[in-house]
Order: sequence, then C-alpha cells, then structure tokens
Amino acid sequence: MRLITHNMLKCHVKNCDNPDKQFPLRFKGAELEQVEAERNDEFLVRMIPRLDWRALLITTKELGIELPENIPEEPENDDAFLQALHTAILETHVKEGSMVCNGCSHEYKITKGIPNMLLAEHEI
Amino acid sequence: MKLKQLEGYLGEVAAFKNPKVQLEQYPTTAHLAARVLYTAESTFGDIDGKAVVDLGCGCGMLSIAAAMMGACSVVGIDVDSDALEIAQENIEEFEVEEVVELMQASLCHEAASTGSLELDNQLVTPMKGKFDTAILNPPFGTKPGNKGIDVLFLQAACSMATGAVYSLHKTSTREYLVKKAESWGFECDVLAELKFDVPMMYKFHKKKAVDIEVDLLRLQPKRKQV
Repeated sequence: MRLITHNMLKCHVKNCDNPDKQFPLRFKGAELEQVEAERNDEFLVRMIPRLDWRALLITTKELGIELPENIPEEPENDDAFLQALHTAILETHVKEGSMVCNGCSHEYKITKGIPNMLLAEHEI
Repeated sequence: MKLKQLEGYLGEVAAFKNPKVQLEQYPTTAHLAARVLYTAESTFGDIDGKAVVDLGCGCGMLSIAAAMMGACSVVGIDVDSDALEIAQENIEEFEVEEVVELMQASLCHEAASTGSLELDNQLVTPMKGKFDTAILNPPFGTKPGNKGIDVLFLQAACSMATGAVYSLHKTSTREYLVKKAESWGFECDVLAELKFDVPMMYKFHKKKAVDIEVDLLRLQPKRKQV
C-alpha cells in the first residue's frame, strides 16, 4: 500500500466518529519498501488538491519520510518539491504492519502490502 | 499498445482457483478486459496518466489491463483474501507493482434497520473524488442477500471517480441504471452490448456454458448547463 492510498483511509468502525482521531490512521510496526516508479508531473500536480496535506505531513513524519511543510505556489515548476512528493506518495510502500485508529484503537493489518479494512460483525 | 497485443498479454492473467458462488466470482476474460480498457483509452483518453480504481477487482484482470494501458496509479479493491492473493501474484508476474496496489475491503454491509444492503459510507466517502476513472465488473446481485449490490458498486464508483466510470451490468437492468445514473447527476451511455461467457464453473450449473447479455456502460458527470 502506498501513502497516496493511506491518505484516503479513515477508521470506519461503528460509532467511531471523532474526525481528529480517526484520520490519519497511525502506523504501527510499519515495514517500508521503496519501489521506483516513473514520475509523471502532470499526474502529481493533479493529485495535490486531492491530498489531505496535514494528514500526509503527520504520516510522513511518523515514517521518517521527507516532505516539505508547504505546497509551493507553482508546484509544476518546482522540481525538488515534485520529486519529494513523488517519492513520498507513489514510491513508498508499506508492506507489513498495521494502522491504528487514535480514536477507537482498532487495528487494521497490512499483509504483503495489502491493507485489510474488513471489520468484525459488532464493528459494522 | 494495440488491442490484439493487450488481449494476448492478458491471456496470461491467472483466474480464481476455487471461485466462491456467494461472491459471484466469475473471471473477466482477457477478451473483455482488453476491449474495455482499450476503448477507455483510445476513444476517451481515460486511462493513460490517470488514477484508476477497480471495484471488485477479483484476480486483478481489469487493474492489470489499466496498468498496461498507461494508468499512473491503480487501486484494486476486493473483499476476498483468496482472490487478492492471486491478484498479487498476477501483479508480480506482470511486473506492475509500481503502479497497481490492492486493498481488502467490503464496500457494502447490511443496514441495521432494514437488513438490505447499503454502502459503507464511512469507508467510501473519504475516497470521494480521489480517482480520475473507475473500472468495474461488479457482482450482479443474483445471490441471496446481495440484491442491489450492482447498483451500490456503481454508486460507489461514481463517487470515487471525478471523470468516467466503466462498468458491466446485465442488459436487463439497463433502463433502471440509466435512471439511477441521472438521479446521481450522471449521463450513462451503452458503449457495447456483450455476451458474458459463463462456463460451467459451479456444481449447480447445468449447461456447459451460458451467455448472459451484458452492457458495457460509460458514465460521466453531467456537464453543468451554463
């Protein structure tokens, strides 16, 4: 699972609804792998408004990944920014570990790069 | 990539080992997947350089086809561990790990009050507008407890994609779906009428093979009238 996808995952356990706590999900025991991917600047620039930047900063700090605090005025012309963004959201894969909800403590496991968002009967 | 070439490559995508009846696991053929993705890109430019989501990805046929047609990022979502295991093997076999990732999730659950199926909005809403294009071959809703699942999958797809949605549905549901799409603010075109080839896979299948009439639908948000 790459960080671009982690950025859209909120805890969906029944009655877990504190927006500050249920997102972003906090990584626990995360095993990372960097997988090189071809960079597409047009794609990156288009994705920027779809990202929750605050959450991405929290997560990348947690994982020790470089990401600028602020989005530049003209990201399309900022090569260093685009490279950092590309590496963070498209090349950083979480292979194992889990994602924990800071609100209800539910743990979503990640196995072989696949996050498991399934819930038990009582959590639905 | 040419259509024939794509179909040739996709012929190597491994299918379900022990398909589950309840989940309506029928493999999407290489023939069909090639046509859907080739059309989506060559006619409409909806795949190359785009963020794509594949709902009910099964063994990953559509996701891999999307990667081969130039998608920048593909997320395949399915509920079944066994299918996802095969999808992961396919992704490695086709060397598209840099583009395609998988997620195990259930888009729907039983509504507490009515017992009928509804979307898990807490899961789906945060994904709203995160993708450019959605591609899906959803379960048709023919199994007990699954009624309406095809509509829910389509609705989720329309929510997740900002651009186009490509989906396969029984021709018999066409009129109903066009109306539903309208109510969501979408235009719905039938790109092709196909015969979905269902070979004898399950014990209850009496005939050697059955052809189900299926529509390939393309939905896109209605243009606002100026």
